[in-house]
Amino acid sequence: MSNLLEVHKVVKQYGDYVALNEVSLNVPKGSIYGLLGPNGAGKTSLIRIINQITLPDSGEVILDGEKLQPKHVQTIGYLPEERGLYTSMKVGEQCLYLAQMKGLSKAEAKLQLEYWFDRLGIQGWWNKKIQELSKGMAQKIQFVVCVLHKPKLLIFDEPFSGFDPVNANIIKDEILALKEQGATIIFSTHRMESVEELCDHIALIHKSNKLIEGKLSDVKRQFKTNSFEVGILTDNVEGLMYDITQKFTVSPASFKSLNDDLKLDIQIGNSAPNELLHILTQRGQVTHFVEKIPSVNDIFIQTVTDNKV
Amino acid sequence: MSIISLIIKREFVAKVRNKSFVVMTFLSPLLFVAIAGFIAYLSSMKPETKRIAIHDETGLFADSFLKQNKKDSEYHYLNLSEIDSESLKDSIAKENFEGLILIPKTTLKELETKVEFISNNSPSISFIKKTQGLIASKITKLNFEKAQLDTIAIQKAKATVNMHLAKSSGEESLKGLNEIKIAIGGAFGYLIMMFIIIYGNMVMRSVIEEKTNRIIEIIISSVKPFQLMIGKIVGTSLAGLLQFTIWAIIGLSLMLAASMFFGVDIGPTSRISPEMMHVAQREFSGTAQMYISEAWNLPIASILFGFVVYFIGGYFLYSSFYAAIGAAVDNQTDSQQFLLPIIMPLVLSVYIGFFTVVNDPHGTIAIVFSMIPLTSPIVMLMRLPFGVPWWQIAISVSLLFATFFFVVWFAAKIYRVGILMYGKKPTWKELYKWLKY
Repeated sequence: MSNLLEVHKVVKQYGDYVALNEVSLNVPKGSIYGLLGPNGAGKTSLIRIINQITLPDSGEVILDGEKLQPKHVQTIGYLPEERGLYTSMKVGEQCLYLAQMKGLSKAEAKLQLEYWFDRLGIQGWWNKKIQELSKGMAQKIQFVVCVLHKPKLLIFDEPFSGFDPVNANIIKDEILALKEQGATIIFSTHRMESVEELCDHIALIHKSNKLIEGKLSDVKRQFKTNSFEVGILTDNVEGLMYDITQKFTVSPASFKSLNDDLKLDIQIGNSAPNELLHILTQRGQVTHFVEKIPSVNDIFIQTVTDNKV
Repeated sequence: MSIISLIIKREFVAKVRNKSFVVMTFLSPLLFVAIAGFIAYLSSMKPETKRIAIHDETGLFADSFLKQNKKDSEYHYLNLSEIDSESLKDSIAKENFEGLILIPKTTLKELETKVEFISNNSPSISFIKKTQGLIASKITKLNFEKAQLDTIAIQKAKATVNMHLAKSSGEESLKGLNEIKIAIGGAFGYLIMMFIIIYGNMVMRSVIEEKTNRIIEIIISSVKPFQLMIGKIVGTSLAGLLQFTIWAIIGLSLMLAASMFFGVDIGPTSRISPEMMHVAQREFSGTAQMYISEAWNLPIASILFGFVVYFIGGYFLYSSFYAAIGAAVDNQTDSQQFLLPIIMPLVLSVYIGFFTVVNDPHGTIAIVFSMIPLTSPIVMLMRLPFGVPWWQIAISVSLLFATFFFVVWFAAKIYRVGILMYGKKPTWKELYKWLKY
């Protein structure tokens, strides 16, 4: 799978402040790519460079094999975090206007709009003004505007903010459907559970530097501590503890279970899980045996706190 | 290019559909006519007659003043020379006199400096001049008599000169021309200023609106900030031109209607006698004809050409500033500190136009300010009817457009950075920093 978007050593400075310090990214075609980072890390600066809102001081951006150039705005759909619409303009006119700015012809834009309004069940809104709509309704319009011109690359900055759970789910399904149709999606958010759920690649930017990038499963493998959560029913706790501590590091754990079992957190290092399991089965009844996989949230917090300067 | 026209179209439609635009367009001519009518009504009312007491110890001047009572309705003179001057001084206020002219008994020479006017209100300049003139001409006459000069012969010997004005090209020009020139130049200059302030502000508001709406980031991801800025300025100015055209049409038809209405209705009931009306009308139509024929002698083509060129240059120059300011601030109250340096040259140029250019259209001040780009659209336009050498126009226009391109570039830079900055009021220093981003 080749990359749809490649960012090579991009530097952006605002006065003395370095917003992006030689950041490079590779966004594979057809992926949902999570762009993570704490507030002020440089995500928005990077997104603005990809959208050609600002220019990088140095470095380059390659989109679909070509150096980024003005015509590419038509192949990108952008849903910014700070978003809004003309409040006194009618929904239909507004969407037509924004679609035409993305290079669609009027007739084409109308066709696409009808399709999307139908799909999201908002056909009756055509002649409404934005100021008559609720915030969530306006967000739906914005989503439509963002995807209307069938962009190859979609950039969503906090797409779920302002949506109730039902509508957030609708939007999530639409994002997945777009991916199915072959779009590549860059997804910037603070909601880690949606990253877990949607993204197959992630990158973490912190203090203007990229710290992590890769396939989500690879990143998780990289961050896993080789420890297992164990629940066991045994009469001889001392014996068990003696056996385990010979080979592994043990600490108490807490998780929900229906049994009154002994809960342990065991680090096995480079040993095979079966070795641990062998010891355990000899000493009692194993009720719980799970490898601890770091969540994106854990990875995020760990990386950010480790890199506090 | 098609994207810019798309933006222009949207801006135009958004402006024209706005309720306040519709209301303003159709209401303000009515308002204007109403105000003009009100002023005309006020000035047609006769001012209250002011009573002036004269205490003339010489007995030589009182008659000249009393003669004025027949001609002058504004002042009524009363000869109170018999009453003691001290008690007169005390009683003028009580007796509702506007003032007291005190002419002491002394030599004619001394009188030139000894006449007093006592009043608690400061008198108008025209009144002082008139009173001084009356006394001076009386003294002159007396001096002539004293020197045994034949006053009648002197009157006859006095000549009045009526100079004929003509250009070297041989075409004749009349004296009334200057007034027309001032009127036309002033009207065009004023029009430009009004247009810049009204529609420049509109550009600024529309930039601020996009910023506070947060739609700006969506738009800016599909078009260049520069395109958006130019589209906005052009679209708004088209809406403005439409408004001005409607105003001109409504204004003309209202004036036509008003003149018909008043011509029929007020004429007979007015207190002016029919003969006087006739005379006045004849005089009026005479001058009007002269003015109209004079107006045709003006360099109309160059004035209109100048109006279009300076209008476009000036409006674009200033509205780029307005757009940059709109981009730099978050709401309109914050814009005040940046607006002052823009309003100042505008006001300055109108002042220079009405005071300096009118007095001396080819003086140094007038020439300098008709070259400086920020003031030239108004000052040069006011100079144009007086005839300006072509090289001055060339320098002024090229300076204006050079500055215009520089300012658009400069404003676009501020605009580009400013529209994406939220939540803080920038200082001048920060604006300077933005230029380097």
